[in-house]
Amino acid sequence: MDENILLDAIERYRKGEMPDQEKTLFEELRKSNPEIDQVVVEHTFFLSELERMSDIKNLKHSLHEVESKLLNEGFISRHTEKTKAKVIYLWNRYRRTIAVAACIAGLVSISTATFVSFYSENKKVAVITPLVDNKLNQFEHKLNQIEDKLNDATAIPNKPKFEANFRATGFLVDGKGYIITNAHVVNNAKNLIVENKKGDQFSAKAVYSNPLNDLAILKITDTSFKKVNGLPYTFSKSSTELAESIFTLGYPREEVVYGEGYLSAESGYFGDTSSYQISISVNPGNSGGPVINRNGEVIGIISSKETNADGVVFAIRSKNIYNALKEVKKDQDITIKLSSVNTLRGLNRVQQIKKLEDFVYKVKGN
Amino acid sequence: MGIYFGLLFHLLSINISRVKIYDEEKVLLEGLATNDTSAIETIYRENYAAIQAYIVKNNGYPDDARDIFQEAMIVLFEKAKSDSFILSCQIKTYLYSVCRRLWLKKLQKQSRYNPSIEMIQETVPVEDEIESHEKRNVDFLLMENALAKIGEPCKSLLEAFYIEKKSMPEIASSFGYTNADNAKTQKYKCLVRLKKIFFSQYKNTD
Repeated sequence: MDENILLDAIERYRKGEMPDQEKTLFEELRKSNPEIDQVVVEHTFFLSELERMSDIKNLKHSLHEVESKLLNEGFISRHTEKTKAKVIYLWNRYRRTIAVAACIAGLVSISTATFVSFYSENKKVAVITPLVDNKLNQFEHKLNQIEDKLNDATAIPNKPKFEANFRATGFLVDGKGYIITNAHVVNNAKNLIVENKKGDQFSAKAVYSNPLNDLAILKITDTSFKKVNGLPYTFSKSSTELAESIFTLGYPREEVVYGEGYLSAESGYFGDTSSYQISISVNPGNSGGPVINRNGEVIGIISSKETNADGVVFAIRSKNIYNALKEVKKDQDITIKLSSVNTLRGLNRVQQIKKLEDFVYKVKGN
Repeated sequence: MGIYFGLLFHLLSINISRVKIYDEEKVLLEGLATNDTSAIETIYRENYAAIQAYIVKNNGYPDDARDIFQEAMIVLFEKAKSDSFILSCQIKTYLYSVCRRLWLKKLQKQSRYNPSIEMIQETVPVEDEIESHEKRNVDFLLMENALAKIGEPCKSLLEAFYIEKKSMPEIASSFGYTNADNAKTQKYKCLVRLKKIFFSQYKNTD
């Protein structure tokens, strides 16, 4: 209430509505009390800003009024030389483009002319062509011979001509050759092939596949696969916070694709607490890809997407991986060791991806 | 030699007519400062056509011209309202200079700057004024923004008092307060809130 009295006083003071006696008192109060003086200064500034806004609003209003009056009168025309101006405007705006287009047109006509004249003289060319061709053939033959010899010597690891009828993503959980992916990916597959970023293909078999949690673990069986060290990521056991930013790498196409998003709900489809809902743009083929947080911890595995809603993707929580590993140990006596050293933390995203991409695999099968 | 005499004669004739123009323009500017529509209309009638022709000639549309002209009118209004106001040139020259500067800026912003842009009249330097106008424009937007944020009935109440300049008893009856004092208390509450929002934004922009 005191404040209101003060504000009221300031307003009256500014407008000169204060009686002389009160004015002297008010000025004395300001001098003796710096706190009040500050309020006065601040409020005066604020009121002047408010007044200025109101002045300009009112002026704008009058300007519009006058303008529409003059427009109705026909004093101001909307169409003054509009066509001419438009042409000039367009010309000026696209001058550079037009110049470039003209250059290209020129080049095309010149090259066409050369082409045509070249082929009109092809009688001469026909005479010498067989010779060149012959020599080329001989050269090619020798090259082939060398290549064959080389092939025999190195015995390139089997790169079977593989007709895949599905493609998904998986990633290493253990450098010994264990890859995790979705159960729905591998369920009906007879043959499985995994391929790394370099394009090296390895045959693999499923050692674990559980449709309940939709997780599968593949083991690379190919002898050409060499154990890799230094998995850069760890696996988060705790749950992730809403809105935390996440990213994924996967193979929705031949090339590896990066995607970015955030955790949008703590539970998955129909309140499934073993998964998360994330908002990220994914496509078929992203299934089985890692969902990684800013610190380089795998928080989940992409599993499905709601088809009739936009940007609703579900990811299996990474703690399910721990359970899967336990089951594998129990059922098949296979020990899979998750890496415990995170080398992604603190790196920027580009560096993180560079470190990560060698561990994400394309999973194909038929 | 002939040119010099011509120029001298020209200057003399300007000086004779200037006194008369000066008085007329002074009245117009005083009218503008008090938001008098007839003064605004006169300024519009005397200047708008030339500005539109200029802008249309230099890559613009009539709509651009209307925006630029209104902006220039606000610059002139602010100048006319300031205490230290002296217009050292004709309104026509001043408006043209401001419009030209504003238009060049706009063209540059849209990167359709045309270095061969024409001058049709003499200009006076207005760079500083435009700069301070732009700064004030930011404050204007801050205040408008703050007002948009406080919500109803505060917004309407403050607008009625500070913009439409209605009296307190009037406001009390149209807003349904029992008396003017109640309306006043409410107004101060709203004002304190507006001030808070305004200054928090103001400090953020510094």
